[in-house]
Amino acid sequence: MTPVMKTAPSEPARLLVVDDNMVNRMVLSRNLGKEGHLVETAENGKEGLEKFRTGEFDLMLLDIEMPVMNGFEVLEACLNDVDLRQIPIIMTSAMEELDAVVKCVELGAEDYLTKPVNPVLLRARVNASLEKKRLRDEHRKLFRTFATKEVAEELLRGGFSLGGQMVTATVLASDIRSFTTIAENQDPSDSIELLNQYFSMMFDAITQNGGIVNQIVGDGVLAVFGAPIFYEDHRERAVKAGLQMLDLLKVFNENQLAQKKAAIRIGIGITSGKMVAGYTGTQNRAIYTCIGDTVNLADRIQEYTKEALRPLLVDAYTREGLSERYKVEDLGTVVFKGKNQAVGVFAVTGKG
Amino acid sequence: MSVLNLSTFNALRESAGADFIMELMDAFLEDTLNQMETMRNAVAANDAESFQRAAHSVKSNALTFGAEDLAALARELEMMGREKNLEAGNRLEVLNEAFEILRVRLTELK
Repeated sequence: MTPVMKTAPSEPARLLVVDDNMVNRMVLSRNLGKEGHLVETAENGKEGLEKFRTGEFDLMLLDIEMPVMNGFEVLEACLNDVDLRQIPIIMTSAMEELDAVVKCVELGAEDYLTKPVNPVLLRARVNASLEKKRLRDEHRKLFRTFATKEVAEELLRGGFSLGGQMVTATVLASDIRSFTTIAENQDPSDSIELLNQYFSMMFDAITQNGGIVNQIVGDGVLAVFGAPIFYEDHRERAVKAGLQMLDLLKVFNENQLAQKKAAIRIGIGITSGKMVAGYTGTQNRAIYTCIGDTVNLADRIQEYTKEALRPLLVDAYTREGLSERYKVEDLGTVVFKGKNQAVGVFAVTGKG
Repeated sequence: MSVLNLSTFNALRESAGADFIMELMDAFLEDTLNQMETMRNAVAANDAESFQRAAHSVKSNALTFGAEDLAALARELEMMGREKNLEAGNRLEVLNEAFEILRVRLTELK
């Protein structure tokens, strides 16, 4: 069998060539145009930056030595611009400016090419950079799907790295009561639809209050408040989200019953304290997650809602973070399985 | 070192295509004349920055075409400009001569 050659038909991209030298502009435009890309040029850094800021480009080839505004200054301006920093910049320079080029790459330029530019290298570097940008754009979209815009931006600003850090935050764990029984008694597609509608409502309550959903397991949700972006009032935010979830659930159930479908009940457990938060997984697939006793306890307390017959329970430290407007009921202390110490449990029943 | 490194020039011609290399040569010759004038004016005005930039441009273009002699001379001038030294002596005339030799060579290749 002959191996199938995987030809990567490079999508036409919109490229900006910034170079004060006419011959360089001509050569670069010609070569890139032959690749099917749409090329525009600028004669100096200032003009280049102005064109780049229109947001119509997928990549910029940037000369270093230029009048009015040099390549360094353009690069720095782009890296400091939230809208531009994700667009790749390839530095082009003479061989003896290699020191300068290294500095640019350290600053955040995607790659570099030495002039005179070799057409084969040019094609390879441009296409590789465009491909990397495409992947980054996809990541960005993914982040936005699963995290709030703030987290996505924080991630893109701070960069992504695996590994955790100790934070003080609040964790919210929720679960649908006896979902398995519900699922067994109806069509699988109905169950999925139910879950999707339910999740979309719950996610709204969480993200509105600055939380991030970091795990969905079956019908359960784990969300964190106060990390990676710290909020002073992380405890109150989580409780507010929990109460909103219960309010939204009422609406959800009314709809269900109107359609002669099953109503559902949920349990929510909220705990606060120190935990390790960070990205776990691999470079290619990772989630923002929290680990530690505080997180385990949230799940235990969530389970305890069945016995306590209250849908929203919090631990003592979370309770301390609530203003007087919240109606709280002291349920005494509970020793949870696998824990040595008794934990004070409180039911939050509403907000004045 | 040579007036024109043919392997560089042919590679450029091949990647540019027969029509476009003509356009490119014209642009190169014209631009180099302009840059040399800029350099002369810069010496008169004691403007090291313009001097350096023009020399840089000549060098860069020369390298693109494989005009090694011209590039080497322009590089020296660029360095001088960078060091704010515009005591060019007869170097600008030497540059001009190298350019004329190159122009003849390129015209032969047209």
